[in-house]
Amino acid sequence: MFAYILKRLIYAIPIALSVTVVSFVLVYLAPGDPLNAIAPADAPEEVIQALKSAYGLDKPVPVQYGLWLMRAVQGDLGLSIASGREVTAEVLSAVSNTLLLAGMAAAIGVVLGCILGALAGYRHGTWIDKAATALSVVGVSIPHYWLGLVLTILFSIWLPWFPAMGAGPGGSGEWLWDLEHLRYLVLPALTLSVIPMGIITRTVRALVADMLGQEFVTALRARGLSGGAVFRHVAKNTAPTVLAVAGLQIGYLMGGSILVETVFAWPGTGFLLNTAIFQRDIPLLQGTILVLCMFFVVLNLLVDILQPLIDPRMGRS
Amino acid sequence: MSAPLVSIQDLTVQFHGARRASALNQVSLELGQGEVLGLLGESGSGKSVTLRTLLRLHPERHTRTAGRIRVDGQDVLALRGRELDRYRGGTVSMVFQEPGLAFDPVYTIGQQISEAVRVHEGVDQATAAARALAMLERVQIPQARRRFDAYPHELSGGMRQRAMIALALACKPKLLLADEPTTALDATVQIQILLLLRELQRETGMSVIFVTHDIGAAVEVADRIAVMYAGRIVEQGPVGQLVHQPCHPYTRGLLAATVGHEHRGRPLEAIPGSPPDLAALPPGCSFAPRCSHASERCHRDIPPLEQQGARTLACWHPVRLLGEAA
Ligand SMILES: Nc1ncnc2c1ncn2[C@@H]1O[C@H](COP(=O)(O)OP(=O)(O)OP(=O)(O)O)[C@@H](O)[C@H]1O
Ligand SMILES: [Mg+2]
Repeated sequence: MFAYILKRLIYAIPIALSVTVVSFVLVYLAPGDPLNAIAPADAPEEVIQALKSAYGLDKPVPVQYGLWLMRAVQGDLGLSIASGREVTAEVLSAVSNTLLLAGMAAAIGVVLGCILGALAGYRHGTWIDKAATALSVVGVSIPHYWLGLVLTILFSIWLPWFPAMGAGPGGSGEWLWDLEHLRYLVLPALTLSVIPMGIITRTVRALVADMLGQEFVTALRARGLSGGAVFRHVAKNTAPTVLAVAGLQIGYLMGGSILVETVFAWPGTGFLLNTAIFQRDIPLLQGTILVLCMFFVVLNLLVDILQPLIDPRMGRS
Repeated sequence: MSAPLVSIQDLTVQFHGARRASALNQVSLELGQGEVLGLLGESGSGKSVTLRTLLRLHPERHTRTAGRIRVDGQDVLALRGRELDRYRGGTVSMVFQEPGLAFDPVYTIGQQISEAVRVHEGVDQATAAARALAMLERVQIPQARRRFDAYPHELSGGMRQRAMIALALACKPKLLLADEPTTALDATVQIQILLLLRELQRETGMSVIFVTHDIGAAVEVADRIAVMYAGRIVEQGPVGQLVHQPCHPYTRGLLAATVGHEHRGRPLEAIPGSPPDLAALPPGCSFAPRCSHASERCHRDIPPLEQQGARTLACWHPVRLLGEAA
């Protein structure tokens, strides 16, 4: 088991390195000059040069990358061009907000998805199955900025139950675990949860339906196990796959929340990415992309390590 | 004679799901306490369906079942909920053909046997585990302690089938159903498993119905043999009588198509043709289209299952042997 974890960790290193290269280089492929955002269009050449050397933009790209990487591993992602604040601090605060949103959305999505999927799998071919399948297709294919707007109109404007903007009263201060703050989380989390809900529903439905047709489930019934006990066996057999899919969903939500965060002015990474792109804030953009990608790498690693702990067939050999 | 342990009357099973089929047609069968019945017949003749119906394992939504099944005084087709759970594994249990597919892959062998014991006897975890271990030893699994904590995929096929038998017998069933318990194993292991089953049967005095394609194995283990064709029992009787003096043309064909010492040196005969489509059975005897003795009546009327001494037979023109003709 220890050797397995070590192997996974070593495999993760080249992936992480390529992620840093991609997040660094990607930004250079985008059109536009970062200095346009801070220097006036008619700025004299000396000013431009001074700014370039201040941000290290005058050096060759590989050197820039090396310097950037050196500082990045020490936790220094430079200063934001637009705000002048530390990128690391900005990204971390945004990441915690996004994690909160994505985590909540994934929790709602996974719980609902498992319930719907199990129902559909058990009632394969009935109207319950068809309804759950239809719901999951809608969940996956509905544009969620649109759903966000609809929910805002319904539950924020017509029925003023939940606030539609920000992550707390008075804009975006510290997050607190109280009712007041949670009210701000409801609409964006619900909006974001329909995708994992749809995907988990489909996954669980297919797994459960397949599992129920297998000989060992018949054998469990033949032993006199009750429906509930058989369900426990089915659940334990489906858990590793559901866990893997759910883990990836949290990852996708981290990146996929950009539109929802924009709709609800949620101060997360999506919102930050949006700001960074429009302001051509290269350090902020690179830092945000890097952290998001690293998050993916770590999440995959966690799923890889957790799966064999649940599934004995993968762990022991 | 006391009341039989198992009594099946006019059992009819039809599937009307994606595939339609009349899998069993008016099957009647009796089995006494401690008796071993071998069920023979070509592939698709309904042997597995008979066993699964005895445990009510077919999905109710797509299965129509008629007739009566009584096992140990219980009306099996009327069992519901907890009663059915107690009956399955408690009164009747089953050894499956593929032990590799019949265990839950993510629980250890020991966990699965103890779980069954706990469910049926309401004992605590430690008692159940002790019983499970004792069962593994009883089916002669070497290093039972270690095998107890093994996952199914960590055992060889023969070991898995022994574990399956341990599981099936853990709650002292009165009837054991074994659906081709040795088909998935290699030849030497097959014999060991058969001998083990016979030994355990003698020790516990339980009744056994086992399905096999191996007539040699049936002769070795069974007291009686029932031959099925297209969802019907066509002939049934004590092993010696049935094997040496088969009356139904199909039984004769089946025996002639098997390699056995009494046939050595003669060419192997296969039964011409193939079994009928179960979705559209012929009106008369379903074997008639393949039978060389068939008359017009065979194609028109279904022959009833009639008692003749120790044997029952469903045939209009049974093969009379020289000694019996008088
Ligand atoms: N769930 C089901 N739905 C539809 N048809 C079925 C179902 N189960 C079995 N059948 C059909 O019932 C018939 C009898 O099948 P059964 O499995 O009892 O045959 P068998 O005698 O056990 O054959 P084998 O020797 O190959 O195991 C087959 O034609 C099979 O296709
Ligand atoms: Mg079969």
